Amino acid sequence: MRYETVIGLEVHIEMATQSKIFCSCSAKFGGEQNDHVCPACCGMPGMLPVVNKKVVDLGMTAGMMLNCHINRVTTFDKKSYYYPDLPCSYQTTQWFSPVAVNGTVTIETSKGKKDIRIKQIHMEEDAGKLVHDEWTNTTLVDFNRTSVPLIEIVSQPDLSSAEEVVAYLERLRSLLRFAKVSECRMEQGSMRCDVNLSVRPEGSDKLGVRTEMKNMNSISAIERAIAYETARHIDALENGTEELVQETRRWDDIKGKSFAMRNKETAGDYRYFPDPNVMPIVIDDEWFAKIKGTLPEFPEVKKARYIGELGLSDYDATLLTESRALCDCFESAYAECGQAKEAANWLLSDVLNILNKKQMTPDQLTLDGKTLGKLIKLVTDGKVSRPNAKKILAEMFESEIDPAKYAEEQGYIVSSDTGAIEATVREIVIADERSVTDYKSGKEKALMAIFGKCMKALKGNCDPQTLRQMIIDVINSI
Amino acid sequence: MKKILLDDMILTKELPTSAGSKMLDGYMSPFNAAVVERLTEAGYEIAGKAPVGEFAIDLSGETNFEGKTVSSEDCATVMLDVNGSPRRIAAQNGLVYIKPTYGIVSRFGTVAVACSGECVGVMAKSASECKEVLSVLVGNDERDGTMHADGVCKSALGIKKVKKVALLDMGVKSAELDLARSELEANGIEVASVDAGVIESANAAWNILMCAELCNNVSRFDGIKYGYRAKNYKNLDELYTNSRTEAFGELVKTAILYGSDVLSSNNYMSKYDKAMRVRRVIVEAFTEIFKEYDAVMLPACSKTSYTASDDVFVENKYTAPASVTGLPAVVAGGVQLVGKAFSDGALLDVSAILTKEGK
Ligand SMILES: [Zn+2]
Repeated sequence: MRYETVIGLEVHIEMATQSKIFCSCSAKFGGEQNDHVCPACCGMPGMLPVVNKKVVDLGMTAGMMLNCHINRVTTFDKKSYYYPDLPCSYQTTQWFSPVAVNGTVTIETSKGKKDIRIKQIHMEEDAGKLVHDEWTNTTLVDFNRTSVPLIEIVSQPDLSSAEEVVAYLERLRSLLRFAKVSECRMEQGSMRCDVNLSVRPEGSDKLGVRTEMKNMNSISAIERAIAYETARHIDALENGTEELVQETRRWDDIKGKSFAMRNKETAGDYRYFPDPNVMPIVIDDEWFAKIKGTLPEFPEVKKARYIGELGLSDYDATLLTESRALCDCFESAYAECGQAKEAANWLLSDVLNILNKKQMTPDQLTLDGKTLGKLIKLVTDGKVSRPNAKKILAEMFESEIDPAKYAEEQGYIVSSDTGAIEATVREIVIADERSVTDYKSGKEKALMAIFGKCMKALKGNCDPQTLRQMIIDVINSI
Repeated sequence: MKKILLDDMILTKELPTSAGSKMLDGYMSPFNAAVVERLTEAGYEIAGKAPVGEFAIDLSGETNFEGKTVSSEDCATVMLDVNGSPRRIAAQNGLVYIKPTYGIVSRFGTVAVACSGECVGVMAKSASECKEVLSVLVGNDERDGTMHADGVCKSALGIKKVKKVALLDMGVKSAELDLARSELEANGIEVASVDAGVIESANAAWNILMCAELCNNVSRFDGIKYGYRAKNYKNLDELYTNSRTEAFGELVKTAILYGSDVLSSNNYMSKYDKAMRVRRVIVEAFTEIFKEYDAVMLPACSKTSYTASDDVFVENKYTAPASVTGLPAVVAGGVQLVGKAFSDGALLDVSAILTKEGK
C-alpha cells in the first residue's frame, strides 16, 4: 500500500523588539545570566503586565504578510502549568482571540506551487531556561528569555513531505525577515518549530494517529526527523511493530531517533482564561492602516521589478532580495545615483565583502543607501577613482562621512587638469629608461611598473584606463 | 506628620509583606506599591502594617497565619478589598471603609489575588477622613493597565449628590438598616425598597471568578523563587507539593481547588464563562436601578460577629455585588451603600449622615 504523510507545523518566532512583551527589560539575545530581568518578568508579587505596543504592531505585520484576517479585538489569556523556567507558573498567550487567523502561505517545491493554510498567529511570552550545573549537581534558572515576545504560527495539516516543510519554513523566514518581524535565526533559537505528523493510506480522508515533535531548531534535523517518523509510522501500520499513540516525542538528532517523552506536564489541563490585567486590545482603522502602510513588497515582487524595470540580472536580483536591508540600501542608493547596475555591483561585491570581514549578515547592514549613492555618483562622474572610492566606502562603515567632503579632505579628487597629469607621466617615463626599452621590445609587464609609479605619484586620482592610454601615448611620443 | 497604616497586602520596601500567608513570611519587596509612593509624597508617615487573613479572602482576618487580628490603631488604614473582608470589619466595628470604583486607584504593588475585582480602599473612623486619604490615592498609573484616564479617576471625587437611595431587599432585617433609612430620610433623602432580583446571583458568579483568579495568581508561589520552601523533598514534584501543602492554609487550598476546577477544560464554559456572563447581567441590573436611584443600600454582612461555622463563600452574598461589578461601595453606620461608577465622593458625603459627622 502507498502512504501519504500529513504534517502541520507550529512555528515559534521571537520578535525583533527592543524590550520584552510586558516590561522594559532588554529582549536582546545573549548577556550574562539573569542580566535582563526585573520584578515583572521574574514574576514577583505586585507587578502588573503592561503590553508593549510594538509587539502588537509586529503581530499584525506577521498576520498581514501571511494573508491573515486580523482580529480587530484581540485578547491575552493565561495558560497555567508548573515548570521552574516559568516564573508565574502561567504563560501569557492568546487563546480566545489571537491577533491573526485564516491565512495562506504559497510555497514552491519541485512539484510546483502549493498553498499552505495558516490556522492562526498568536502572540505570547517566552519562558526562561534551566541550566544544569554538573559541578554542584544543581539546576539553576536563567530568566533572560522570560517574557521575550514570540509569535506562534499554526498551520493547517497541509504539508506532505520534508521538502514542503523546508520550503514552508524558508518562505516564512523570508517573509518575516523582510517585514522585520524577526531575524528568524534558528541557531539562536529565534525560530523553532513543533512538527505534528501522521501517516495514512494514500487517498484516505481520515487522519492517522498524530505524534508531535517539539522544539526542533535546525532545518536538517527537521528533515531527518520527518523521514524517521514517517518510516516509523508506516512500519507500525504495515508490520504492526508497535501501536501508535497520540503523544509528544523528543527528536534526538545524534541518535537519529525520536523518543516518547514521559513529561507529565505535556498531558496537563492548561486552564486557559482571559488575563484580567490586560484589557482587550482594540485595533482601530487608523492603527490597521498604519501597519498596512509599512508592509514591504513581497521579495518575489521586488525581484521581478528589479529585473523588469531596473534591468538587473536574475542573479543579482536574487541575491539582493534575500535581505530586506540590502534591498532598502539598494533602493535608496539607486534613487540617489540613478544607476541600478552600478548600485547592485557595489552592494553585492564591495559591501558584502566588508560585511563578511566584519562577520555580519546582510540583514545587519546599517549603511545609508543615500550616502552610497553619492559615492557611486562620484565614481561614475569621474571625480573619484574606483580604488579610492573603495577606501571611502570602508570609512563609511566606521564613521558618518559625506563622501565628496571626505574625498576632498583625503586628496582623492581626480584632477581634471590633464596637462598636469601628462607632465607627471612624462617625468616618470623619461626617468625610467629601462622600462621604456623593455616595453618597446615587447615586454608588456614593463608597462605595469610605469603604471604603478604613475598611480602612486597621482595618489590614485586618475582613471586607470585613461592613465594607461596616456602612458602608451607618452612612450610612443619619445 | 499624618500617620497611616497599610494592610499586609500592600508591598513596602522597608517593611516585610506577608499577605497573611506563611508562604510569604518575611518577604521583602524590592519596590513600593503605587499607593505607598502617593502617600509618602503627600506627607503621610507609614506607621506600620496591619495584619490580614491569608491573601485577604476570609471573613475578617481570622485566617492570618500567625493568628494576628486587625488592631484598631488610631489612624486610617489603606486596605486591599479582595473579597469583602475590610467591609465586614468596618460594619462589625463601627468604622467606615470605602472600596472605590474599580480602576481609579492603582493596584501596582499589591499582592494580586482576584485582579478583576479587588481595589485598594481606605478604612477610617469617619467618612471625611476616608475621603481625605482617598483623594491622595486616586489617579492614573501607567503601570496598571486596567486604570481609567487621570481626569476620569479624579472625577470620582467631584460634585455629585445622592438624593435617592434604593434599599435592596436581600431578605435580611436589621436594626442598622432601619436606622440608616430613617437617618437618610430625616436628611431629605428619598429611600424606597427594591427587589434584589438577579443581584442575588452576584455571589455565585463572584466566588467562581475570585477562586479562578486566586488559583492562577498564587500559582507563582511554588517554592522555587522566593517565599516558603519545604525542607524535605526528593524531586521537583515533591518540592512543589510539599511547599504548597505546608505553606497554604485550608481556606486558600479550598479556593485553589475550586478555582482549578472551574477553569478546567471540562468546566470552563459551564462555570467560568457563565460567571463572566452573569457578571455582565448584574452590571446591567445595577444600571437599571441607577436610572431612578443614585445609590443602593444593603447590608455588608449577616451578623455582628462570626464564629468558626460561618462560611465566607456564603457571606460574600452582601459584598459580592460591588466586587463583581467594580462599583464603589462604602460601609458606614453598619450598612453598605453601593453607588454609580465614579460617585465615590458623593457616597462618602452621604455616609457622613450615617456616622453623624459634624453633629
Ligand atoms: Zn523585565
